Parts: sequence; C-alpha cells; structure tokens
Amino acid sequence: MHALGPVDLTLAQGEFYSVVGPSGCGKSTLLDVLAGLSAPTEGTILFEGQEVRGSVPAGIGVVFQEDATFAWLTVWDNIAFGLRRAGMDAAEIERRVSYALGFMGLTDFSKAYPSQLSGGMRQRVCIARTLVMQPRLILLDEPFGALDAQTRLLMGDELLRLWRETGATVMLITHALDEAAMLSDRIGVMSARPGRLIADIETGWPRERDSRIASDDAFGNITAELWGLLREESMKAAGMAEKGRA
Amino acid sequence: MTRLGWIRLAVVAGFVLLIEVLCRTGVIGKLTMIPPSAMAVELWALLKSGKADADIVQTLRNVAVAFALSVVGGFVLGVGLHSITRLRRAVDPFLATYYAIPFFAFYPLLVSIFGLNAAPIILIGFLFGVVAMIINTINGLDRVPRVLLKTARVCGMDPVRTALMIKLPSAAPHLFTGAKLAIAYSFIGVIAAEFIMSTSGLGYSIAYAFNNFDNKTMYALMLFIITLVTVINAVFHVWERRIMARRGR
Repeated sequence: MHALGPVDLTLAQGEFYSVVGPSGCGKSTLLDVLAGLSAPTEGTILFEGQEVRGSVPAGIGVVFQEDATFAWLTVWDNIAFGLRRAGMDAAEIERRVSYALGFMGLTDFSKAYPSQLSGGMRQRVCIARTLVMQPRLILLDEPFGALDAQTRLLMGDELLRLWRETGATVMLITHALDEAAMLSDRIGVMSARPGRLIADIETGWPRERDSRIASDDAFGNITAELWGLLREESMKAAGMAEKGRA
Repeated sequence: MTRLGWIRLAVVAGFVLLIEVLCRTGVIGKLTMIPPSAMAVELWALLKSGKADADIVQTLRNVAVAFALSVVGGFVLGVGLHSITRLRRAVDPFLATYYAIPFFAFYPLLVSIFGLNAAPIILIGFLFGVVAMIINTINGLDRVPRVLLKTARVCGMDPVRTALMIKLPSAAPHLFTGAKLAIAYSFIGVIAAEFIMSTSGLGYSIAYAFNNFDNKTMYALMLFIITLVTVINAVFHVWERRIMARRGR
C-alpha cells in the first residue's frame, strides 16, 4: 500500500507554493520525502541540482504541526540550537538569534521556557529556529493546524512577511483551503489516498499581500475552485460515495 | 510553606506527639518502645560517642554503590532494550513481574557465591533498584515526541548526539522517577540484607540491638535511618522540582 501516488513537482525559486488535499492523502509523506526525512520508493528528488536521499540537505528548513520546541531550553537556546550544532561562532549566533527574536516578536520572551508560552508563540519559536538557519527552501507541515482561527490569520501574515524578507522558496502543506488561497502564488491539489497532484492553480496575487486579500473577489473564486476540485476527493477519503441524487 | 505543607507537618508532628504521650503514660510499655524524645536523645549520644560511625559509613557506602550501579546500569540497559524492539517485547513480561520475586530468599546463594562481604549486599541493593530504573528509562524514551526526533534529523544530528541532546533531556522526568525509586530500593535492599546475614552495617546493628534487648540503641538507629532517608528524598525532590518547574510539569 502506497501512502503517496506518483508526483511530479517543480518548485520555482522564491515562490510560495501550497499543497491542499483530503485528510490521509499523503501530504505529510510528500513533505517528508521532499525534506529527505523519508526515502521515496521510486524516483528522485533534486534540491539545487543535488539528489536528496537519506538526510536533510543544508538549506532546507522544516516546520512541523506538532510542538517541536525543546521544553528544557529557553526560547533563546531553542532558537540557537541549530546554529550551535552547526558550530557557528558566538557573535554570529547572537546576531541571528536577536534578529529572529525581533522578527517573530519574541524579544521579551527570550529567557522564557516553552511551557510559559501559548501554542501560537511556541510555533513562532519553531519558525524562528528555522529562520536563523537561513534556509533557501522552507517546508511547513500544517504549521498552524493546532492554532485558533484568528491566530492562524496573523501567523499567515507573519509567514508572508518572512517569505518576502528572506526570498526563500516556501512550500506549505495545509488542509485549510482559505489558508492556501490567501497565502500562495500557486496551489497544488492532491487526490484522495494514494495522493497524486490533480490540479495546479495560480492565484496571481501580488508579492506584497496579507490576510486582507480575503475580502478580494478573487479569493472567494479560488477557494470555491479548490473546493470544487476537492469535494469528491474528500468524500472518498471520508468513505462517503457520491450518491446519484438528482 | 503552603497550606497543604503545614497540614502535612501537623499530621507528622501530631503522630509523633501521640506516640510520645502513649509511651510516657505507659500505654505502650517500656520494653516495647521508648518515647520519640528519648530516641532523639539516645541518637545524639550514639552519634557523639562515635560507636556507630563505622556501621553508618559502611551502609552508606553500600547504598551509594548499589544506587550508582542501578541508575547507570538501568539507564544503559533501558536504552539498549528500547532500541532492540524484539528483545524488549521478549523481556517485557519479566520486567513486569520482576518485583514479584522475593530476592532475599536467594541471599544464602549469593553469600555462598561471593562470600560474607559487601558484594552480596550491594548486589541485592542493585537487583532491587536496577529494574525500576530500566522500566522508567524505557517509559521515558517511549514518550519522546516523534517530532523532536524529526527535528534532530533536520539539524543533521547523529544517533549518539540525538540520544544525549534530545532523548535524554526529553525523558528526564521519567529518569528522575526511576532514580528516586532506585535510591529507595537500594536502601531497602542493603539494610534488609545487612539485617539477615551480615556482621556489620546499620541493618546488622539494629538486629544486634534487638537480639540483646538494647531498645535504646535499636530505636536510635531506626530514627537515624528514617531521618536520613527522609532528608535524601527531600533533597532529591527539591532538586527535581527546581529543574521541572521551568518546564511547567
């Protein structure tokens, strides 16, 4: 049994790409494979022309849905963790961590432990920890899935700001159609398990944008188009067959 | 101190006071028990005389060795079993039923193997403590969130680094529980073993005093052991609380 069907996908440098699909379609598997956390049964993954296999290449950052903060370290040490592992000199670590703390609005919490923070702030810590590594490709696996609706909208804005500032390529896995429609340059739609990409939608948003585009007519159209593509797939995933009603 | 703390203190103090009154009024006979205040006086005299020093040092050394072996051995064995899934499944029932074995029944066997010295005593303390540490190490490792292990891989960490920098701190609350049990079990094992078949140590001294109707020494030594174990546990507890408080657990 394959979790994921054949997928052919090319990400353009600097684009914001999202993947939506019904639950259990293999979205997270796709991300794990792209990151080098799992090996594909067939085919190859290239990152900047180099094959990805068995390990996560430098230059790729990953943010997960679950709380990945280290409970035993302060916010500052959490964010510096990857830099220290990479053996960077103290002054540069200091500079990058301070910048990331400021960027994510965490400066006042640098000495706090994760247990003292809200879920949204903990996710900011994880994003900051990825940000300081200056990745050229950021993979996010439903990073806002555990957050409430308003926090999600704000975190979406933060993510757009981060994407513009760093110039990194972003791939976001999400089950929230509005989130994909609001944030992305391009959206891939996946089928029910084993997932394949069944559609590719360009949103045409300007680079300077934020959550307020939700009031744009095009936003409603894109969301509706996504749902049109996904409704049947979601029913398949949920075990509900389309009945032949009039 | 919190209100609950005061209540706890009151319960203990009230109990001691009750015993004191019962002894002083003769409800509890002199040959059965001496009053707690007399125990304290006797203990003070005994410690000042230095007569029990050698036994105290010996018991503490045996407990310390048994405890250290339990914690280090239990951690290493726990990590090993956790990484070999099949072996772990195979020995799981043994671990679960381990404490149903009455070890002391085997003490004569240990003496005939190792001789009448510290080795069988330390071994009993170790056998008592080590499995609590193994079980808690495995429990702790089971509960390391998978996302942290993925994060370690994203950081390009090798298995040894991952074990020391991610698994160990993440499992720390469980390791603490294991260590606390190991220290209690080491005390029980060592003192009980000294009691049965030894020629020195605190356990032996209590048994010796008991056999010679030397109630004063016997109760003084009991008070010493209770105080010692309470202090050690309290220190451990405070240390654990201080580390865990920042984690909000």
